[in-house]
Amino acid sequence: MEIGLNHYLVLSTILFAIGLVGVMRRKNLLMLFFATEILLNSVNISFAAISHYYGDLTGQMFAFFVIAIAASEVAVGLGLLIVWHKKHNNIDLDSMSTMRG
Amino acid sequence: MELFLYTALFSPLVGSLFAALFATSKKTKIAGIVPSALLGISLISSFILLISVLTTKETVHVELMTWMATGNLYIPFGFVVDQVSVTMMMVVTLVSTVVHVYAIGYMDHDKGFNRFFSWLSAFVFSMMVLVMSDNFAGLFIGWEGVGLCSWGLIGFWYHKESATWAANEAFIMNRIADLGMLIGIFLVYWNTGTLQYEQAFAVMPSLEIDVLTWIGIFLFIGAMGKSAQFPLHTWLADAMEGPTPVSALIHAATMVTAGVYLVVRASPLYDLIPSVGLFIASLGAFVALFAASMALVNRDMKRIIAYSTLSQLGYMFVAAGLGAYWVALFHLMAHAFFKALLFLGAGNVMHAMHDELDPFKMGGLRKVMKGTFVMMTIASVALAGIFPLAGFFSKDLILEVAFVENHYIIYCVLLFTAGLTAFYSFRLVALIFHGEERYKLFGIHPHEAYKFMLIAMSPLLLLAIIAGSFKLSYFEMITNLLPAIEYHIHHPVTYWIMTIGTQLFVGLSILYAYKKYTSRDIKVPDGTSKMENSFGYKLLINQYYIPRFYEEYIVKAYRELSDIFWTKIDQKVVDATVDGIANVFYQTGERTRVMQSGNLSTMLKWMVAGTVALLSLAVVFGLAARYSGEMKTFLSGLGV
Repeated sequence: MEIGLNHYLVLSTILFAIGLVGVMRRKNLLMLFFATEILLNSVNISFAAISHYYGDLTGQMFAFFVIAIAASEVAVGLGLLIVWHKKHNNIDLDSMSTMRG
Repeated sequence: MELFLYTALFSPLVGSLFAALFATSKKTKIAGIVPSALLGISLISSFILLISVLTTKETVHVELMTWMATGNLYIPFGFVVDQVSVTMMMVVTLVSTVVHVYAIGYMDHDKGFNRFFSWLSAFVFSMMVLVMSDNFAGLFIGWEGVGLCSWGLIGFWYHKESATWAANEAFIMNRIADLGMLIGIFLVYWNTGTLQYEQAFAVMPSLEIDVLTWIGIFLFIGAMGKSAQFPLHTWLADAMEGPTPVSALIHAATMVTAGVYLVVRASPLYDLIPSVGLFIASLGAFVALFAASMALVNRDMKRIIAYSTLSQLGYMFVAAGLGAYWVALFHLMAHAFFKALLFLGAGNVMHAMHDELDPFKMGGLRKVMKGTFVMMTIASVALAGIFPLAGFFSKDLILEVAFVENHYIIYCVLLFTAGLTAFYSFRLVALIFHGEERYKLFGIHPHEAYKFMLIAMSPLLLLAIIAGSFKLSYFEMITNLLPAIEYHIHHPVTYWIMTIGTQLFVGLSILYAYKKYTSRDIKVPDGTSKMENSFGYKLLINQYYIPRFYEEYIVKAYRELSDIFWTKIDQKVVDATVDGIANVFYQTGERTRVMQSGNLSTMLKWMVAGTVALLSLAVVFGLAARYSGEMKTFLSGLGV
């Protein structure tokens, strides 16, 4: 069986769903970052697959941008996370409620 | 000539703004002197314009700028100096210059000195706009402007409850009338398509008589308010709460005559509808008698003069209503001079008596106030219409008009009123200046006014004496614009009988008043004498119970109605609706604020929910767009 576009898209969808569930369910901030990464990369997979399918490089370019931005985002996020951990000694989401309306 | 026109028009405005600069600071003489000087300039400019109109017989017409121009509507700030408006300009600037100079002395001790002059000059400017405008819209601006300034000046002593009440009364009554006037102006525009006097009056003869009648009636309602004709007359007597110079300028010489001016200005219209003219004349005659009767018994010096003004306005409306426009204008002019003089004299007396207004508490003042005594006596003689003073020429002319036009009832009413006029004028003079010095009982030490105040009054004195001699030249000038009808009683015998008869009647009234009120046993009435308890006296002193009637049946009813509207409609419907809308948002906010728990996890869930919702929408719309053709065929197949 040849692996075609649909397979990639299904994979991407499954990964996206996993990421989404992770975003919703996880209470650990670190885990949340992982879930976000999964989300972003699932999108990258579809970008790359569709780009290949159409023979248009724009999608792959976009995927590179996403990777770059995700890297910087994680760098900043992890920095904040470490500071938070030093201050409060935990990284539980439920303890972060200073933005309560 | 344009330069003089603009100078005459705008120098009062400059004066007003100048005085307004000092409005909140302490009293400075300059705030009175500069506006007075500027008014003097305005007077000179008006005089030059008068000479020019007299000699060249040409009118000056300028357009300052466009005010409104949309579609077919074109209203400029246009001003015209013709025979009618130049008469009014002369009267207004002359009397107001005199009053301004006089007021420098009169308001000397008042804290609001600067504010007073600002208002007073603003009034003169509005009045000039009113009389000089070449269209109804400009007239209306001036009309409202004088109303506003009148409000500010009647309520000048705003710490007095009665003054503010009177100011509001005058303003509200004028608003009621102004509505009529506005409707009249709308009708003019609707039917003629323009508000310029010349063009509108040129179209009018081709209009239907019904339309013209309505226009005439509505415009006259406006005039009734400003000129305080029955039934909108009550504000004028109450307006005497204002400072006396204000009464002299606004409520005797200028603003209240604006109604007469309007009727004269609209003479081409009223010529077409003689039935409305007859109504105006009848109402005028009624008001003349009605007001004079109230003046007979009143015990307030200024109110007596106010009723006299009302009565004389009635005379003017008789003349204007019967088509004798130039006679109305002539009486307006003569009346302005002697009535302003009378008021200013009354102001002197008031100052001397420390604001006492009851003439019964005065008496014998001629010894201490010679100048004022002479002036007020001459003004009263002029008012009574004794030969050869101003009143004789103007007022007797109105009687002749009524006679020649065969309105004998009006003639008799006016003749009788002339007697009453003489009686109440000299009742006042006798009570103030003759007889026992009753003021000593009240421990008052009267003194004559400043010399310059008397000098300021002297031009009015001169004019009150000689204004009658202008009659022929005035007739020649004014009839370039207004219908030239000479009112002569053809038979010389009838003429002489009438003239001498009138003079005798008036003279006897004066003698009777003197005899009755100079006697030694005049006491301050205390409500016990037989006359004071008679029905007629009570009726007159209570002004025919009209103010009370208004209070009971209009003011109270209106208040009740307002109360109902307030509690039932405003609170229960309007407020409830607005509060309801606000509540919806408030409640929505209250409910949805739980979303903002501050818990990141919850927020992320909401975010996901939002993404899902948006995605589903995108899918639904995408499908709908794609299959719209099929949907249509499907729906039409179902017969929708």
